[in-house]
Amino acid sequence: MDLGWLVSTVSRALAFGVPLLWGTLGEIYAERSGVVNLGVEGMMILGAYAGFAVAQTLGHPGWGLLAAAAVGVVAAVWHAFLTVTLRANQYVSGLALTLFGLGLAGLLGRGWEGRPLRVPLGTITVPSLAEIPVLGPMLFVDQTILTYLGILLAVVLWVVLFRTRWGIAIRSVGESPATADSLGINVTVVRYLCVALGGLLAGVGGGYLSVAYRPSWTEGMTAGMGWIVIALTIFASWDPLQAIWGAFFFGALYHLSFRLQAYVSPELLKLMPYAFAILVLAVSGFGGARWRRRAPGSLGVPYVRGER
Amino acid sequence: MRADAGTGRPDRRPDSPPLVRLEEVTKSFPGVVANDRVTFDVRPGEVHALLGENGAGKTTLVNVLYGLYRPDSGFVLVRGRRVTIRSPREAIALGIGMVHQHFKLVLPHTVAENAALGLKGTPFWAPARGVGRRLRELSERYGLPVDPDRRVWELSAGEQQRVEILKALLRGAEVLILDEPTSVLTPQETGELFKVLSRMREEGHGVIFISHKLTEVLEVADRITVMRRGRVVGTVAAAGADKPMLARMMVGREVVFRLTKRACTPGDAALNVEGIHVRNDRGLPAVRGVSFSVCRGEIFGIAGVAGNGQRELVEALAGLRRIERGRVCILGDDVTNRSPRLLSDIGVAHVPEERIRMGIVPGLSVEENLILKRHHRPPFCRAGLLHPASVRRFAQTAIEEHGIVTSNPKTPAKLLSGGNIQKLILARELSGQPALVLAAHPTYGLDVGATEQIRELLLRQREAGAGVLLVSEDLEEVMELADRIAVMFRGEITGVVSAGEAKREEIGMMMAGEERVRG
Amino acid sequence: MKRIGPFIVERRLAPPRHVVFGVSVLAVVVALLLAALVFWAYGVSPWRAYAEIGRGTLGTVDGLSDIVRRAIPLILCGVGLTLAFRAQFWNIGAEGQLLAGAVAASGVALFVPVPDGLRLPLMFLAGFGAGALWAVIPALLRVKLQVNEVISTLMMNYIMAYIVEWLVHGPWKGPTMRGFAYTDMFPTAARLPLIAGTRVHWPTLGVGVVAALVVGLILSRTRLGYEVRVVGQSPDAARYAGISFTVVLSLAMVISGGLAALAGVGEVAGIHWRLRSPSHISMGYGYTAIIVAWLARGSPIAAILTALLFGLIFAAGDLMKTTLGLPFQITGVFNGLILFSLISSDLLMYWRIRWRRRGEAWT
Repeated sequence: MDLGWLVSTVSRALAFGVPLLWGTLGEIYAERSGVVNLGVEGMMILGAYAGFAVAQTLGHPGWGLLAAAAVGVVAAVWHAFLTVTLRANQYVSGLALTLFGLGLAGLLGRGWEGRPLRVPLGTITVPSLAEIPVLGPMLFVDQTILTYLGILLAVVLWVVLFRTRWGIAIRSVGESPATADSLGINVTVVRYLCVALGGLLAGVGGGYLSVAYRPSWTEGMTAGMGWIVIALTIFASWDPLQAIWGAFFFGALYHLSFRLQAYVSPELLKLMPYAFAILVLAVSGFGGARWRRRAPGSLGVPYVRGER
Repeated sequence: MRADAGTGRPDRRPDSPPLVRLEEVTKSFPGVVANDRVTFDVRPGEVHALLGENGAGKTTLVNVLYGLYRPDSGFVLVRGRRVTIRSPREAIALGIGMVHQHFKLVLPHTVAENAALGLKGTPFWAPARGVGRRLRELSERYGLPVDPDRRVWELSAGEQQRVEILKALLRGAEVLILDEPTSVLTPQETGELFKVLSRMREEGHGVIFISHKLTEVLEVADRITVMRRGRVVGTVAAAGADKPMLARMMVGREVVFRLTKRACTPGDAALNVEGIHVRNDRGLPAVRGVSFSVCRGEIFGIAGVAGNGQRELVEALAGLRRIERGRVCILGDDVTNRSPRLLSDIGVAHVPEERIRMGIVPGLSVEENLILKRHHRPPFCRAGLLHPASVRRFAQTAIEEHGIVTSNPKTPAKLLSGGNIQKLILARELSGQPALVLAAHPTYGLDVGATEQIRELLLRQREAGAGVLLVSEDLEEVMELADRIAVMFRGEITGVVSAGEAKREEIGMMMAGEERVRG
Repeated sequence: MKRIGPFIVERRLAPPRHVVFGVSVLAVVVALLLAALVFWAYGVSPWRAYAEIGRGTLGTVDGLSDIVRRAIPLILCGVGLTLAFRAQFWNIGAEGQLLAGAVAASGVALFVPVPDGLRLPLMFLAGFGAGALWAVIPALLRVKLQVNEVISTLMMNYIMAYIVEWLVHGPWKGPTMRGFAYTDMFPTAARLPLIAGTRVHWPTLGVGVVAALVVGLILSRTRLGYEVRVVGQSPDAARYAGISFTVVLSLAMVISGGLAALAGVGEVAGIHWRLRSPSHISMGYGYTAIIVAWLARGSPIAAILTALLFGLIFAAGDLMKTTLGLPFQITGVFNGLILFSLISSDLLMYWRIRWRRRGEAWT
């Protein structure tokens, strides 16, 4: 294994990990507030479609990403409406969102299928850092701004979650909504906001795929990344900082499944990330409660005031 | 105790306007009128007790005051001004604080984080640090020691209660509502709480003290309002009240304080526990080297404040929790760490603490719930197939025998009242002539009628020759029913006394961890 | 209880059966209305679309038989899922289990030397076994290692899909198929009989209906069904009653996955007569079956009816593609909408709205 190979692998892993990172950060916030959103796949594909369509029409990738974010928010708010306001089953609502999103994006995207994006999101080279031998080309060349924004976002979201008033409110709503409610925190508003943030980030993650990573539209181009995001959320113990390396690890797996095609048949390589996701969750199950940090206490449970 | 609480009482300013007043409040839920035109007030510098049985409507009333429920009719006055309280946030803004019976704390968070939650004036960045300082000030002023950096789940129930009180004080509560505050405290901790309440009285706070225990209401309150079935029976000054009078008001008839307990000769050992160690859900030691035995024809009571390992002990004996060390024998056979099914098959009945979560399957019908645990054995099941006719026959007998009120045996168990759910569980558990009955808090939260019936059932089991292990927080209940009483404290048994010679004070000392000199 | 104008809104703990039925029908109707919006947005008159669908599916023998053909895999997967859902085990993996069945059946059809008369029964048997095996893994992962089954079953769908891709591109690629990713055609003895003039492979349909009845009986009349319901409704009570989660969840998933796999056997032996790329074998039956089971509210018998409804939707999807020029993806939108309106309607079942009676204002 030569150095050049390693450099390009790390660099591509980073690029491929970006949508996973954004999606995972969003899901972490949704779940920290007590709402599971299994619709990540649906939100991502809608984001990917909207991002491509708008960027293609308006000729600027920025508008595309904005549209992707907006579509993600709309889809997530719909999930919040069903699960928080109507108290529907969170699993089923999320699944419905995924089915609906995949169907709608496929339906709308028929005309765009296979066309390349006119103006994709450009890559940047970080001045001076890129000069560092080995590390420079690995980490600071050929990435889009979203790679670095994602890492910055993870840090910011960690600080907000663990070092601010908002964070206390969010975590309390996810652990014990009755407590938060009794102290005047509006559980509904907190959950809507967190789920919406989740949709926003998942939308951007999807938009990244069609506007930056592979600037084109293909039906089903998210290829199950949304589900990997759900697994990563657990794997990262609902901690934004841990999501960083989790996302890039799976980014590497995805990338390797292309990279190793010379040696192993491509179909078997493609199942690797999914097999790893199960493996990772199973291994973290071995250690039991000590090794793994708990899920938020009221995850998946709709809050009804006055019910014990 | 009474005397030293009395010295703390300032002038009571009987003419000062009430801090809050609930006027003709009515609140109903499907099928029940929880509050029926209730009027209640509290003045500055007084402790006003709200006395009544479980289900009398006390908690509903204060929930209306705290903005958790909106009254169907009637209104609330705060300092003479009519207000509508739509949420706890508005109640807090009006200077009303509440310590719920089941604490509203975020267990994985620190004390300071809990205090900072939703608190006005905390800094946006590092709020926990900012609030820590104010917490320390307040805890000194009122004598409520806590460490702001500890995680709440590490604290004892008494400490958690202090956190709740501090939370209310931090939010500027002038009126503090305490819902059954002593149910989780040792007698000694109760004394400390009463001292805190005196401090608050001196500082001009109004306290609403909810309880169903006559003794402590008489001890701590200035005025007592008694509720029964959603209505106010009357309000009396504590100075002129006594126990029989309050009891009559509370129950609506003369109360028989003693059950008839026939003499019983204990037989062979039904249960032998030898030095067992059990961990709790967090993996910490909860039961530490406990040994005792229960004979057939005997009720062995375990008293103690909740959270001292009783739950883990009972669960371990029922096969639901791993025993790390030690040995358990039932009827002479070693059954350490055997499965719940095996234990149930050899005659261990278990009346669980969490009756709705564990004792029944809420969505299954009454008859299906009645065969739980024996659904796999004849006559209910043969070769994997259920036998509906036998199930029906058994259910009908059980329903009649135990007076379970249900429209029909196919009704989902979740539609039954609390008392009937407990009767269902006992009917099921006691039906097969058990050798050993594990009863955890069997009458907790039930009305007087159901309580009497269930105590009667346990006594009957004793007469029929079963060994009964009774765990209860209600010291009166343990002293009334048990032949021998053990006290648990921090996972150990601090002493065993026989019921005849037990004194309340002595058991109280043991509940607080004082070792009894065995003699 | 709440008052809204002249109405009283009350909570009800156990909705009666006719309410459940009424609300479910209402949910489907609302979804159809929402779908009308999609048609309209696509420039097709909803009236015309629904009229075409009605005529093309319910109005002709071809249409009806197409509904039934589509419903067969949905019945098998849906019935299996009702059992898993009753145990509160979120089996999202029917798609993968179906494919596992298809793989095993193709293996037996192509490579195992058996007498012709035994070939089809053996295909069903092997299919069931493969699906059961594939499905029991997530059950064990959940009981032993606390791995969330939603994720594990989903991941296993992807894994099985890629295994099928690999087989048809690689080791099992038919030598006679040139550039196509197919296996060879099955021998005639490995093909299911059809109802003449249709593509309804009736033996699979029969198996599906029998499976619905059997699972219905399992749930109501056997120890396993009782334990499944206890585990699903109250895990704590199940522990308390000494019920083994390992046994109950494993058995439930063996049946659930096995039935889904039979759907896969039916598709390859009744329709395609070969193994081919997963998106052709399944068209998302395994995912749609989740809605089938949910709409049936956990009743396997009702799942036959709801499967027919979704068979209709699939058939309509085909029809819209050919007659109205609408893409097939519209069925996905349709399914999502039905699921959405279904879960929002749950609330309606648990709340009762009625007129306020006179003089009732303050109670």
